[in-house]
Amino acid sequence: MPALDVFGINPLTVLIFAPALGGLLVLGLPNSKVLARWVSLIIAIGVGLLAAAVFFNYDRTVAGFQFTTNEPWFPPIKAFWTLGIDGISAAMVLLTGILVPIAVLISWEVEDRYRAHLALILFFEMGLMGVFVAQDMMIFFLFYELSLVPIYFLIKEWGGKNRQYASTKFFIYSVGGTLGMLLATQLIGLTAGAAGLEQAFNIEALTQFWPNFSPEGGLFLGTSIETVKTLAFVGFFVAFCIKVPVWPFHTWLPDAHSEAPTAGSMLLAGVMLKLGAYGFIRLVIPLFPDIWVSEVSFFGAFSVDWATIFAVLAVMGVVLGAFAAFGQNDIKRLVAYSSVNHMGFVALGIAVYASIYGKMVVSGDGDPASMQNAILAGNGAVMQMFNHGLSSAGMFLLAGAIYHKTHTRDLREYGGLWVKAPVYGAVFIFTSMASLGLPGLNGFVSEFMVVRGSWPVYTVLTAISMIGLLFTGSYILKGIRAVLQGPFNLRWRDYHLEIEPRELVAMAPLMVLMLVTGILPNWILPVINDSITRILSGLS
Amino acid sequence: MLEGFSFPVLSAIIFVPIIAGVVLLFVDGKQRDLVRGIAITAAVTVLALSALVFFVYNAQVAELMSHQDTALLTGGESVGTKMFVDGLAFVEQITWLQSLGISYHLGVDGLNAPMVLLTGMVTVAGVLISWRIQDRIREFMAFFMLLVAGVYGVFLSIDMFLLFFFYELAIFPMYLLIAGWGWIKLREYAAMKLTIYILVGSVVAMIGIIAMVFVANDYYQNDGAEVFQSAIDNDILAQGTPTFNFNMISLTLAGENGAFDVPGYAGFDMLTFAKLWFPFIFLGFGILAGLFPFHNWSPDGHVAAPTAVSMIHAGVLMKLGAFAALRAGVQLMPEGAQTHLPWIVLLTLINVVYGAFIAFRQRDFKYVIGFSSVSHMGLVSMGFATMNVVGMTGAGLQMFSHGAMTALFFGCVGMVYERAHTRDIPSLGGMIKQMPWVGFAFIIGGLTSMGMPGFSGFVAEYPIFMGLFNATGVTLTIGTWQLSNYYPIIAVFSALGIVITAAYVLRVTGQVFFGDFDAKKYPEVHDITVTDRMILLLLGIPLVVIGLNPAVIAPMVEAGVRPVVALLGGSF
Repeated sequence: MPALDVFGINPLTVLIFAPALGGLLVLGLPNSKVLARWVSLIIAIGVGLLAAAVFFNYDRTVAGFQFTTNEPWFPPIKAFWTLGIDGISAAMVLLTGILVPIAVLISWEVEDRYRAHLALILFFEMGLMGVFVAQDMMIFFLFYELSLVPIYFLIKEWGGKNRQYASTKFFIYSVGGTLGMLLATQLIGLTAGAAGLEQAFNIEALTQFWPNFSPEGGLFLGTSIETVKTLAFVGFFVAFCIKVPVWPFHTWLPDAHSEAPTAGSMLLAGVMLKLGAYGFIRLVIPLFPDIWVSEVSFFGAFSVDWATIFAVLAVMGVVLGAFAAFGQNDIKRLVAYSSVNHMGFVALGIAVYASIYGKMVVSGDGDPASMQNAILAGNGAVMQMFNHGLSSAGMFLLAGAIYHKTHTRDLREYGGLWVKAPVYGAVFIFTSMASLGLPGLNGFVSEFMVVRGSWPVYTVLTAISMIGLLFTGSYILKGIRAVLQGPFNLRWRDYHLEIEPRELVAMAPLMVLMLVTGILPNWILPVINDSITRILSGLS
Repeated sequence: MLEGFSFPVLSAIIFVPIIAGVVLLFVDGKQRDLVRGIAITAAVTVLALSALVFFVYNAQVAELMSHQDTALLTGGESVGTKMFVDGLAFVEQITWLQSLGISYHLGVDGLNAPMVLLTGMVTVAGVLISWRIQDRIREFMAFFMLLVAGVYGVFLSIDMFLLFFFYELAIFPMYLLIAGWGWIKLREYAAMKLTIYILVGSVVAMIGIIAMVFVANDYYQNDGAEVFQSAIDNDILAQGTPTFNFNMISLTLAGENGAFDVPGYAGFDMLTFAKLWFPFIFLGFGILAGLFPFHNWSPDGHVAAPTAVSMIHAGVLMKLGAFAALRAGVQLMPEGAQTHLPWIVLLTLINVVYGAFIAFRQRDFKYVIGFSSVSHMGLVSMGFATMNVVGMTGAGLQMFSHGAMTALFFGCVGMVYERAHTRDIPSLGGMIKQMPWVGFAFIIGGLTSMGMPGFSGFVAEYPIFMGLFNATGVTLTIGTWQLSNYYPIIAVFSALGIVITAAYVLRVTGQVFFGDFDAKKYPEVHDITVTDRMILLLLGIPLVVIGLNPAVIAPMVEAGVRPVVALLGGSF
């Protein structure tokens, strides 16, 4: 694995700060649209190339985190600037690196305060990259929160009619949700520091320390250690459920996604939602394996463990998200609910992974069949994160494209646009099929793996999610029919509706990746698989 | 002691503004360019020297911290005082009044080095924001320079009398600046209230300090003679120091060895000198820190003052109060601190939460920032009240972070007011279109104020909360009634203040900078000048740099608070 240092600086640090510095540069550019657009695109592509270099140079056969760096950062609280990637984060870094240039390219159509708009997209990239490469909980938390600021401004200033409400609700929901995570982080960091850990927030170190932490007498802060750990777990759980989003913590999403400008929606759905899922995999599961499989009793009547609760919520998201999407008349809201629907599969995969991970830690061994299910479900979840990133970004790009030309998002106003925009129609159908999970395109690969992994573990829930999958098909087809088919709506007779070359150039990488990942998933799957397998094998 | 230069940097830092101020008074007031040239030269020189001191000290911090670790491990007597002396750099000591034990004694440690840098930054910013003052600019700049000199003197003094001397030197020009150049509707009232409030506070504190000197002298003459001699032998105190002296090192030594903790003071068994006098000294200086319920001078003072004075007032002067309260109160009388800080922390809680609520209600742009300062200064005092390393480091960081942030805020308010001629929030709107720099800077300041990670506000507030959670051993004792383990609850309540802060910051930013811009109502609102932009960069960049890389300042502050925690009997 060659060193990818950029001018002697760790490549992951560069991935974080280059977009931010680029954003500042764009803000300072003189008043020229061409200059600002090209400079921001070049910067985004540069960062994307570095992300790709990091991904392809990541050696999946070697254990441990790669491209690491570890510097003192905030010594009084023992927080360190620790970065590193494994297979899962490498895939996410690549996804971010791919989507941001496309988002910048599609934002070339923005006329109002274009420099600020493009700069904010680049600032957003900083926050997203920071979360994926962080190996210290403080750094994770810092960029998790910081990423909210650019997207808040993007929605508020360039959004749709209801942007004020949508942006404020999104911001307050997210920040409020992370309050529990902040307290839990502080608790864990303080405890680890007091117990003598040199780097009190280091995720790898905490994975060894925290699950095994059990003070004498079993009492901690005046309550049992199990209660404290459960409360800390809930803090993280709620925060990440809001982000994924897991039903019923999803209500910020439809408004935020539909009111956001195109680039905002693309990056929100494409990358930001994955921060929550990534948080589950990177933090909640390694730190609280025992809590995931500990039982919660309801009204003294029955009890289920947290993993099952999570699986139930995931399936609710799949089914209800699909139903809700089917009922929409706003194209962007339809795609927004489709995100709830697809991320439900991610959550289901994570639930299975968590359940088996927890059982393996608690009991100290694991039978191969169980481990196989966990590997499949985990792979499926991470692949679904990657695939949904591509397909939802594509869907929002296309929704934005048609909105830009017609200035309406109402599906009932469209109709028979196939006639005037055949290429757009083809791209739209292709992307919709990927979203739907058509075999041969990327969506199928990940959904199949999740279902295959979760069927032995949560048979009934998986069966119910199949119903959700049925309605996924129905809302996708509804979208296609409303936009493209039927009699041509004469209202658009004199409009130029066909996809523009720039939009096609933006869609092209997404479409290629959707096809390649569907036919040859092994270009990316082994990277993820090796990491997950290694994590699980290390438990027994 | 750490290394310094052969050149007396600290004296230069204090005397450059004094000389500039005096020179200015002899210059022809009509020659605006000459006046401003002298002022900015002095300001930039002082900033350069302050930055030099900061970075030279910062380079030695790692070594200092390992010395401190060893010192605490080996223990021994007077460990706290030794650590304090070890941490001092650039020390200058000249005997001034031998018979009274007053000397000209300056030094920098981890706590005041960031403050020195902050003062330099705010001075330059203050001179730049006052660039366009028309009325008697010569006198304005002269008094401003004297104010700056006084502020520096307080931060750098190791002699308590010298501290008091510079403290008063700072108050006097403050009155003139507000009364002479302030907002005409409020300036006389505000200037008078501010001066009297602060003066009374400092007099009360000074009486306590003089009493302390007498008690220390008594101690050194009798029980503490050996301690005193051993200190002179070990170079902790200079040869020929009289037992009656105002030297902070000597007083710290006396305090550490229990000179102020003798029971039976004033005839009461339970009472010691420290227990009686600590509240007077701490609250006396705490008035300047805006501690509830003595904060009342602050909002009117901020609003009435001209922009540069508001910047230095909220940005630096209030930190002066907290800093002096720490030095003269906590450091010299640790036992008094342990008795009284547990209830004083409740006052700081009221500062944080109540201040935030009042800020939320304000219609005048400057009043919002004024009350926000009262609220954030509560966090500084709260951090000191935790009495552990983490919390006090957060307090020290908050002093720097809030100083830069509030100076930035007042700068932005001043820039808007200068062009829009109103501070009424509901009437303003859409300013970011005409003044994007100011809007962007205000957003940076606002995010810092909210404690958003990635900015210095979070870096400061996070350790303060950690310190509160960690302070489970603190007990409030009133007679026989005891309350313990309540600091975490205080943390939870002050989190409420943070939420309200976020609310009013978002609201004010949205109302003033976003929305529709009424060009007819505000024909003079155009983008800001180059000098104004330099202010925003000078104050805004540290907020982001510290937020993303706290390591540039956090170890220094930690090294500065460790002696105080050692004196309090704590460990690290």
